[in-house]
Amino acid sequence: MSVRVRSELQRVTLTVNGAAHELEVEPRWLLSDVLRHQLGLTGTHVGCEHGVCGCCTVLADGRPARSCLMFALQAEGLEIQTVEGLASADGTLHPLQEAFRRHHGLQCGFCTPGFLIAALPFYRTAEGMSDQELREALAGQLCRCTGYAGILQAVRAASRIEGERSQA
Amino acid sequence: MTTKLFGERVERREDRRLLTGIGRFTDDLGHDAAQAAFVRSDFAHARIRDIDVSGALDVEGVLGVYTHDDLQGGFAERLPLLIPHRDLKAPRTQYALARDELCYAGEVIAMVVASDRYIAEDAAQAIRVEYEELPVVVDLEQAVGAGPLTHSDAADNIGAHVSEMKGDVEIALASAPHVFKWRFRPERSASMPMEGRAVFARYDAGQDTLEVYDSTQAPTGIRAGLAELFELDWDRVHVIAPDVGGGFGVKVMQFYPEEVLVPWASRQLGMPVKWTEDRREHFIGSNQERGQIHEVRVGVDAEGRILALDVRFLHDTGAYCPYGLIVPIITAAQLPGPYRLSNYRYSFWSVFTNTVPVSPYRGAGRPQAVFVMERVIEHVARELGLDSLDVRRRNFIQPDEFPYDVGVSWQDGGPTVYDSGDYPSGFQLLLDSIGLDRARQQQAEARAEGRLVGLGVGCYVEGTGIGPYEGATISILPDGTVSAATGLSTQGQGHETIFAQIVADELGVPLERVSVTTGDTRRIGFGVGTFASRSAVVAGHAMLRAARSLRDQTARLASTTLEVAVEDLVFEAGAVHVRGVPEKSVPLARLTLVSNPLRYAYGRDARLAAELAQRAYAKADRPLPEGSRPGLSALEYYSPAAGVFGYGMHAALVEVDRRTCNLRILRYVIVHDCGRIINPLIVDGQVLGGLAQGIGGAFYERIHYSPEGQIQNASFMDFLIPYATEIPPVELHHLETPSPRNELGVKGVGEAGTIPVPAVIANGLSDALGVAIDHVPLSPEEIFQLLHPEPK
Amino acid sequence: MKPAPFAYHRPGSREEVDQLLAQLGSEAKILAGGQSLIPILNMRLAAFGHLVDLNHLAGEPAEPAVAGDELVVGPLVRQAAALESALVAERAPVVSQALRHVAHPAIRSRGTVVGSVLHGDPAAELPAAVALLAGSVRARSRRGTRPIPAARLWTGALENTLAEDEWVDELRLPVRQPDDGFAFEEFARRSGDYAICGVAARVRAADGELKAAVAYLGMGGLGQVHALQPMAAEEIDGPGLRSALTEAVAELDPGDDLHASARYRRWLALELGLSCVRRAAERALK
Repeated sequence: MSVRVRSELQRVTLTVNGAAHELEVEPRWLLSDVLRHQLGLTGTHVGCEHGVCGCCTVLADGRPARSCLMFALQAEGLEIQTVEGLASADGTLHPLQEAFRRHHGLQCGFCTPGFLIAALPFYRTAEGMSDQELREALAGQLCRCTGYAGILQAVRAASRIEGERSQA
Repeated sequence: MTTKLFGERVERREDRRLLTGIGRFTDDLGHDAAQAAFVRSDFAHARIRDIDVSGALDVEGVLGVYTHDDLQGGFAERLPLLIPHRDLKAPRTQYALARDELCYAGEVIAMVVASDRYIAEDAAQAIRVEYEELPVVVDLEQAVGAGPLTHSDAADNIGAHVSEMKGDVEIALASAPHVFKWRFRPERSASMPMEGRAVFARYDAGQDTLEVYDSTQAPTGIRAGLAELFELDWDRVHVIAPDVGGGFGVKVMQFYPEEVLVPWASRQLGMPVKWTEDRREHFIGSNQERGQIHEVRVGVDAEGRILALDVRFLHDTGAYCPYGLIVPIITAAQLPGPYRLSNYRYSFWSVFTNTVPVSPYRGAGRPQAVFVMERVIEHVARELGLDSLDVRRRNFIQPDEFPYDVGVSWQDGGPTVYDSGDYPSGFQLLLDSIGLDRARQQQAEARAEGRLVGLGVGCYVEGTGIGPYEGATISILPDGTVSAATGLSTQGQGHETIFAQIVADELGVPLERVSVTTGDTRRIGFGVGTFASRSAVVAGHAMLRAARSLRDQTARLASTTLEVAVEDLVFEAGAVHVRGVPEKSVPLARLTLVSNPLRYAYGRDARLAAELAQRAYAKADRPLPEGSRPGLSALEYYSPAAGVFGYGMHAALVEVDRRTCNLRILRYVIVHDCGRIINPLIVDGQVLGGLAQGIGGAFYERIHYSPEGQIQNASFMDFLIPYATEIPPVELHHLETPSPRNELGVKGVGEAGTIPVPAVIANGLSDALGVAIDHVPLSPEEIFQLLHPEPK
Repeated sequence: MKPAPFAYHRPGSREEVDQLLAQLGSEAKILAGGQSLIPILNMRLAAFGHLVDLNHLAGEPAEPAVAGDELVVGPLVRQAAALESALVAERAPVVSQALRHVAHPAIRSRGTVVGSVLHGDPAAELPAAVALLAGSVRARSRRGTRPIPAARLWTGALENTLAEDEWVDELRLPVRQPDDGFAFEEFARRSGDYAICGVAARVRAADGELKAAVAYLGMGGLGQVHALQPMAAEEIDGPGLRSALTEAVAELDPGDDLHASARYRRWLALELGLSCVRRAAERALK
């Protein structure tokens, strides 16, 4: 095998949770790694690096995407949202986060950010979904601890919590 | 005491950080650390002819490349045998880096450390290993027959043969009206936590200290072992299990090669080194479980009462047996389950194969045991034309028979003696919950329509809460908060919450004023680990004792401060009150200051405390009277005399789709008894999570080895962990039969949900299809073959 | 599981892509959605010296469009966009039906329709749907463009007939005829997994007869479409369809793998085929 030479660093601007970051990255660096180790946003977890477990799911322009199946360079120009962007600046949990806590939607917490992000685009409609529809909407995210029961309850309850808050 | 937190459905203390993305898992630390990658054996059995690392050394950014030749002293020796056993005549453990013979595909050959993981992988790929291939044995029966040797210098593949008997099986079989013989085969599986293993080590040459963050279930043991290996004082070595992304058994090994090598490399290189296992590595480099072959002879009377059970089984221990014989011992001891077996004999052979080593995975030998026993019950009923539910009822141990001696040894070496339970009531609750008559009617109607619907039931007993011990240290801090720590680590079980509940109750403080740290040897060095469903029982009681000792200590101080007798004090709302005199009280915060006859200016209560301190110690002959100590803290340990035994029963109504041959679970009901429940939210979570893993083990998850010893499904594409779509809604009921063996009356719950599921699903499918099922996991392919056997 | 190094190219126009491929030849690989490619790179099952990222091509449509009697899908149309497209649902319903089975939302939001078609996994949904519709791709290079019909697009699993310097800037699918009915069925171990077996069916009602065609996935081949003998509507529910499908299934050559034997796959192909064609027929007759 020939000697592999470190590929050149390239400049990239990433917009994450509304903040722009100028970085130098190798083209091969995965978005998941750059979020975690360059930007220190370690809430996005890495569970399989082949796109099946969903732990690394982020929103890219509002849609869920596997950050392990994107090079950081490819995220240029996209609005990336990670779990760190969910709670308010004053520490108030997002209704989804609050619902996960109330309904024990997490145990070890490793898959949790992926589930929160995956549910973010649709949780407001979850209350009206059938059990099967909701399970299908969350398929693509693996959890090894909860058996999904608490997660399903939480996603269903989140919009109610949001409603309670807006009335308060 | 006011409202008890024990038993309350309180939300978890650990959730906020995990929900907001600021939890700290091992790979979340050490962004600037050098990163390790490993070269792992391509072959399941081979001799290393040559390793050429020159390609790796040429890669820019590589800091170190190591093979066995680079290791010295203890590092060059075989890794330890964690749990020896007198019958383990031929134990085998691996080297941290293989020396000459490779015995499974994935065994570690070389380590690369580089500036980042990308480069480390580049370099690992550039290392050339020349192999001499050796014959491979994977199949258990070949391994005990004429198959090749797993270890070329061994006499055979048998690591141990163990047998025990209660009563006299031969005599009972000889006189039994009916004797049957069957074979069962649970297959290989794996824990597969979402977070792989990870180790981050910082050796500081100036201070000669080693700090290791390890995604482990047992940091105290890792610390003790590393201290020995590095020849350092215990105080100079610390191991911390930060947030751990699931364990389920695979993260308690002591030691995996990487747990030794990463700290070693940190010392070699004089810099922090980190290794984060990727999924590919996890499949071939982290332990697995479940593979066994059972041959059962059973003697029964005409009503299905079991007169004798004789079980011989082969246990696949993989290429090495670092965990001794724990798994097959548990299988053997738990096979009788809730059934009264007057004559029971087991014989097992722990067998080496050229596969990934075996150590406990959630359930630890029990899913196999329950599968065998529950299939035996079904077979017996079928052979004798009985209702299998009646057969179960006739064989249950009755509530007045406790303590009940199973008659064989338990995993801790003592006898297996059940403490408490009520199996017939649990079973009745199960049948009532599933609505037996309605379910049977539903089944009959479905069958009349040509649908394949079956009812499956399974019962189990789970030994939990074994020793040797755990400890707890608790302090009241000057701000009035309470800080508690125990040595065992946490992988999602909610320890920070349940231990806080126990402590808060004892000290009369609100839950949110108690913080709990687990798995950090800087806080407490002695402890065992989180496995075997033992944490709530063992560490829970350590917490109780420490909290009580702290309470006594605080009360003594308060009694002098408030000038009342200890008996007149009440702990409530973060203060000590005089009973019946509400205005007379002192906050815990102030008492911690009072206890410390040292002036320091900070702190709201400093002035008041100074006055009180003078009063507290007024009659003393020295600033800190004999027998007192500054600060309020306590350290206590709990060592249970024997384990405690939970139990449960599951029932499922299942259907096979005739078109696709797929399984559909129409209903699933669980009845579960783990004694007194500390927090129902958490117990429910444990049981339901366990169930999902059980369903994986029943129908989806199997590690497939080729005859050459290669895992054929080493990815999440092909190792099928169920998504939410594959898990049914579940109905869960609890019974609470307290354990008489401990003060809180609690039993462990961690593994319970997983244990009976393969048996339940297999029984349901067997009922639906009307055929015998002798192995798990099943699959649509196998259902197809059962429904449509190949024409001969 | 980190990819080997590569040089990254970000062309801004189709012409630049042509240029780069002409220059780089077999060293180059097109990167669009990356949902099949990047796992392979992460596992180091393959490595390429150069990746040519299409994601920044200017002016590429995000959604499918209709041109004449064809549906045109550009190289950056994501599977999610196609699944949500009312146009696709109306003009090429079998593509919508197939897309529901393609992986999961987070994959579909990045993965492209064209990319999945070209990747050519025999167990993937989109190649079967495209084959059934007799769609075609437009291959282009500096040398010009040429259409490649689905029947000639794949030479085997994960292999297509594009030359080294070619890529695809368009997938074209004939839109449905008024009397067409479509259906898609598949069986996978878990929701979103690659199919153990799947069937895409079209039934065209014409002259009092039903003309059915089926394409399979998970059954080994790629691009094969089985046209069944025209049959009367009653035969669809009778033994006629079964025997026609039995013949079609006999032409398939599925292999054994971990999840299913060839025999089981043939069973599934027949069973799923029956209900799939029947459902398509119902829709054709509506």
